[in-house]
Amino acid sequence: MTDSPLRTTLPNGALLSRLRAWYSADTPNPAKRVQFDRPLTPWLFLLPQLAVVVIFFYWPSVQAVTSSFYIEDPFGFGSTFVGTENYTDALTSSQYASTAMFTAFFCVMVTGLSLGIGLLLAVKADKVIRGAATYKTLLISVYAIAPPVAGLIGMMFFDMHIGPLTDLAAFFGHDLRVGINYWDTAFALITISVWKQIPYNFIFFLSGLQSVPVSVREAALIDAQSGWRRFCDVTLPLLAPTAFFLLVINITYAMFDTFPIIDVVVKDKPANNPITLVYKVYLDGFKGNDIGGSSAQSVILMVVVAALTVLQFRFLERRVHYG
Amino acid sequence: MMQRIKPFDHLILIIGALFLIAPVVMAFMSSTHSAIDIHSNGLYFTPGSDAVGTYGKVLTHRGGFTGDVTGMRMLMNSMIMGLGFAVGKIVLSMMAAYALVYFRFRFATLLFWMIFTTLLLPLEVRIMPSYQVMSTLGLLNSYTGLIVPLLASATGTFFFRQFFRSIPDEMLEAARIDGAGPYKFFIDILVPLSRTMMAAIFIIMFIYGWNQYLWPLLMTTDESFYTLMRGIKSILQVWIGSQIPDYNEAFALAVLAMIPPVAVVVIFQRMFIKGLTESDK
Repeated sequence: MTDSPLRTTLPNGALLSRLRAWYSADTPNPAKRVQFDRPLTPWLFLLPQLAVVVIFFYWPSVQAVTSSFYIEDPFGFGSTFVGTENYTDALTSSQYASTAMFTAFFCVMVTGLSLGIGLLLAVKADKVIRGAATYKTLLISVYAIAPPVAGLIGMMFFDMHIGPLTDLAAFFGHDLRVGINYWDTAFALITISVWKQIPYNFIFFLSGLQSVPVSVREAALIDAQSGWRRFCDVTLPLLAPTAFFLLVINITYAMFDTFPIIDVVVKDKPANNPITLVYKVYLDGFKGNDIGGSSAQSVILMVVVAALTVLQFRFLERRVHYG
Repeated sequence: MMQRIKPFDHLILIIGALFLIAPVVMAFMSSTHSAIDIHSNGLYFTPGSDAVGTYGKVLTHRGGFTGDVTGMRMLMNSMIMGLGFAVGKIVLSMMAAYALVYFRFRFATLLFWMIFTTLLLPLEVRIMPSYQVMSTLGLLNSYTGLIVPLLASATGTFFFRQFFRSIPDEMLEAARIDGAGPYKFFIDILVPLSRTMMAAIFIIMFIYGWNQYLWPLLMTTDESFYTLMRGIKSILQVWIGSQIPDYNEAFALAVLAMIPPVAVVVIFQRMFIKGLTESDK
C-alpha cells in the first residue's frame, strides 16, 4: 500500500473549480508521467465496471435513501410520503436502542478479544523457530471457513443436547441455554465470531512483525532485557499502524460480516435473543415487510460505515509514514 | 536471533492452535458417525464407520433435506459462484484500473471517485433495495444475479491500480517506441506482468465468492441455484420439530463447504498471505 485512494487530489477552492477539475483531463497529479491520449479507449475499458457500479451500487443506494422517506403499503397499494417519520420512529424506539446497545457491546467484545488473541499468537509464532510453519498453517486455515459454517459448527458445540461446551458449563454449575437465554446466546455469538476472526488478525500481525528489520530487533534485544518491556517499547509502537487498520476492519467485521453467524444461531426468531443492527435491517425489511423503516435503518448504518471507512483511510495514509 | 525460547511460548501456541482447529476436527470426526450415536454420545474426536453412507447421501440423495436439490448440485453452484466471482472481479478490475492509470481523458477524476465510493458501503447495508432492483431486472434465480452484483465493490480495482502505479514508467515508454497501442500494451505487457498479483487476488476472491451467504439467501428461491451456504440454512430449517436432527448430515455439509477454501489457503499459503496483506482486503 503506497497511498490511499481517498487522498484528495482536488485543488481547494470554489465549487466551480472543483467541477472544472472533474471535467478536465488534467489531473493535478497524474498516475503516470506518460499516458495514452485517446478520448474513447479508456471508456471502453471502464464500461463494464461502471455499468456494474451504477446498476448494482448507485441505483439501490439511491433507492434506499428514497424509500426511507415513504411508508409502503404492505399489500402493495402504493406508498405515502412521510418525511423523516421512519427515522424518528427508528431512533426513538426502545427496541432500536437496545439493539444498538448490543451491537456496540458486541463490537467491543469481538474486536477486543480477536485482536488481543491474534496479537498474542502472532508474537509467539514470530518468536519460535521449531514448528513455526506448522503453527502458522494451523492458525491460518480457519480463515477460509465461511461464517455460516462457523455458525453451524459453533451451534453444535453450544447445542443443549449434544454440545460439549454446554456440558463444560454444566460442570461449572451453569445451565447454558443458547437460543433461549439472552446472555447465553450473546456469549455463543461472541465466541463463534472471535474464533472466526482470530486467523485474520494473526496473519496481519505476523506479517507486520516479520517486516521489522533484524537490526531493530537486535538493538531492542540489547537495550531491553525483559521481554515485556521490549514488547511495550519496541514491538507495539511498530505494530500500531497495523493495529489501527485492523481495528477498523474488525469493527466492520463485527457489524456486518457476522450476519451469517447470527442468522444460523438465532434463526429468524429473535424472540429474546440478542441481534445486531444489520440483522434488524434484514428482519424488518424481509420478515416484517417494513420497507420504509428498514431503509431508514440502512441509511443510518450507511452513515456509520462511511464514517468508519474514512477513518480507515486516514489511518492507512498514516501507516505509510510509519512504514 | 539470540532470543531465548521458553516452553511457555509453545504452550500458548498449542492452546491457540487447539482452540482454532479442534472444532474443525470434531466436526469432521462427528460427520463419520450416525445421527443416533451423536444424539446419545455427543460429538466425537475419533473416526466412525458411517462416513461413506452419510457423505453419499448428502452428495446424491434428492430431497434429503432441501426437497429437490442434491449436495453435488450445491457443490457445483458454489464452485460456479467462487470461480465466476474471482474471474469476473479480475477482468473488470484490471480493465478499469488500466483505464484509470494509463489514460489521460475527460472526467477521469469523477469516474475515479464514482468507482471508489463503492468501498464505503458494504452490501449488507443496502440489501433490501438491492433485492428490489434485482427483482425489477428479473435477475432473481440466475447465476448472473448471484455473481454480477457482488462485483460492484471496487476492492480489486483499488488493488490493481496500486500495482499498475508501481510499474516503472519506462515500460510504457519503451512499448510506445516499439509501436505498441493501448490494447497491445495491455494484453502483451501488463497482463503477463500481473500474473502473480492475479493469482493472489484470485485466491482471495474465490474464497470470498464461495463463502457468500446473505446474497444467495435472498437471490435464490429456486433450489437448483442453491449453494452449499444456502444448503446450510435449509438443513437447519428442517430441524425445527424433528425428533433426532440429522447432526451427521449437517456436519458432512459443513465439511464439504469448508474443504475447497481451506485447501486453497493451505496449498497456496504464501500467495494467499501476499494477496491478503498487500490488497488490504
